[in-house]
Amino acid sequence: MIPDVADGAMSSAEWVLFWVVAPIAVVAASALIFARRAVTATICMVATMVCLAVLYVALDAPFLAMAQVVVYTGAIMMLFIFVLMLVGVDVADSFTETIRGQRVASVVFSLGLAAVLIGAVARAALPDPAGIPASPSGGNPGGVAAVIFGDYPFTLELVGTLLITAALGAVVMTHRVRLTPRRGQRELSIARVKAGTQVTPLPAPGVYAGRNAADVPALDAMGGVIATSVPESLRARGQAQQIGAAAQPAFDAAQAPSALPPSAPADPAPSDGPAEPDEPAEPDGPAEPAESDSAAEPDEPAAADTPADEGGEE
Amino acid sequence: MTPYIVLSAVLFVIGATTVLVRRGAIVAFMGIELMLNAANLAFVAFARQNGDLNGQVIAFFVMVVAAAEVVVGLAIIVSLFRARRTVSVDDENLLRH
Repeated sequence: MIPDVADGAMSSAEWVLFWVVAPIAVVAASALIFARRAVTATICMVATMVCLAVLYVALDAPFLAMAQVVVYTGAIMMLFIFVLMLVGVDVADSFTETIRGQRVASVVFSLGLAAVLIGAVARAALPDPAGIPASPSGGNPGGVAAVIFGDYPFTLELVGTLLITAALGAVVMTHRVRLTPRRGQRELSIARVKAGTQVTPLPAPGVYAGRNAADVPALDAMGGVIATSVPESLRARGQAQQIGAAAQPAFDAAQAPSALPPSAPADPAPSDGPAEPDEPAEPDGPAEPAESDSAAEPDEPAAADTPADEGGEE
Repeated sequence: MTPYIVLSAVLFVIGATTVLVRRGAIVAFMGIELMLNAANLAFVAFARQNGDLNGQVIAFFVMVVAAAEVVVGLAIIVSLFRARRTVSVDDENLLRH
C-alpha cells in the first residue's frame, strides 16, 4: 500500500497531501472552541479524527490509521454522541464567565503554550528522517505486532485488564438501585382508575381545529381548547400553538351554564357538569392553552364521582 | 517531519484551550481527546523520524487507554447528569456546601 521510502523524507506528493489535510484538521478542531452546540463540536471532532487517520497513512502507519478510524471515529465519538443524546442535545453551552477574567487568561495561556511548543519544534534541527524500516513479515501490522507481542507482552496484558476494569466501572457507576417497586401497565391502569381523573386516552391534537398538526390543541364541542390534547413535551417547551383566531375566541360560562368542562369528551361521568359550575376552568381554558394546570382543574370535580366509577368497574 | 510536529502542537493547543474555555463537561472532555490525538500524531511522526516502530506501538497503547478513559469519563458524566440534571462544570460544586 505504502511505497517503501528508503530515506523517509517528505516527497512532494506528501507535501500536497499534508497541506490539503492539515488545514481541514485544524479548522475542524477549532470548532471545539467556537461551536455553540455540542453536537456540532462532536461531528467536527470526527472530521479531525479522519484527517489524522489520513496523516497516519502518509506517515507509514497504516495499522494505526485503521485503528484510528475504528476506535476513535467508530467507537469513541459514537459513544460521545450516545451520551449527548442521553443528556439532551438541545442544551446549548453557556458562554457566561463564572470566574472573572478566566477566558482572557486562558487565551493568553494558550497563545503562550503555542509559542513555546511551535518555537521549540521549529527551531529544532532534526536529522534526516530515517523512515520506517521494512518489516520482515506482514508489512506494518506485522511489524507492530512483533513489537507489541515481542517486547511489551506484560503491557498488553495490563492494558487488557484496564479495559475490563473500565467496562466494569462504567456498569457500576451508571447502575441505579430501584427504590420503588416497578410500575407496569397494570399498576398504572389501576392507579389511573382509582384517581378517577382520566381513564380514557387523552384526546388527539387538532380535532375540529383549523389544522391537525401535533402542536395544535383540539377543540371540544363548545369550541373550547383542550390543552391536554397537545403532547406533554411540546407543552413543557412552550411550543404549543395558541389557537386564537382559529377557535371561538372566548367561551363564557354565562352563555351556556350547563356546558361540559374543556376536558369533557374524555370525562367518564357526564353528570358532574351541571352540579359543579367550574368557575376557574372556563375563562382559563381558552386563554392559556399551553398550560396543563388549567385543564387539570376541571378534572377535580370528577373525583367526587369515583365511588360510582369504582362501582361500575367492579 | 517538522510540519507534522507543528500540526501536532497546534492541535494540542486547541485541545487545551477547549478544556480551559468550554463549560460543558462533554465538550471539555473532547478537548482532552484532542490532546491525546495530538500526542499520538507526534509519536507516529517521531517513529518515522527515528525509524523505530516503538513510537507507533506507544501511540496504539495511548489509543487503548484513551478508550478506557472515555468509558469511565462518560459514565461519570451520565451519573452526574442523573444526580444534578446538568453537565456544566460550573454547577458541579458539591464539595462547597
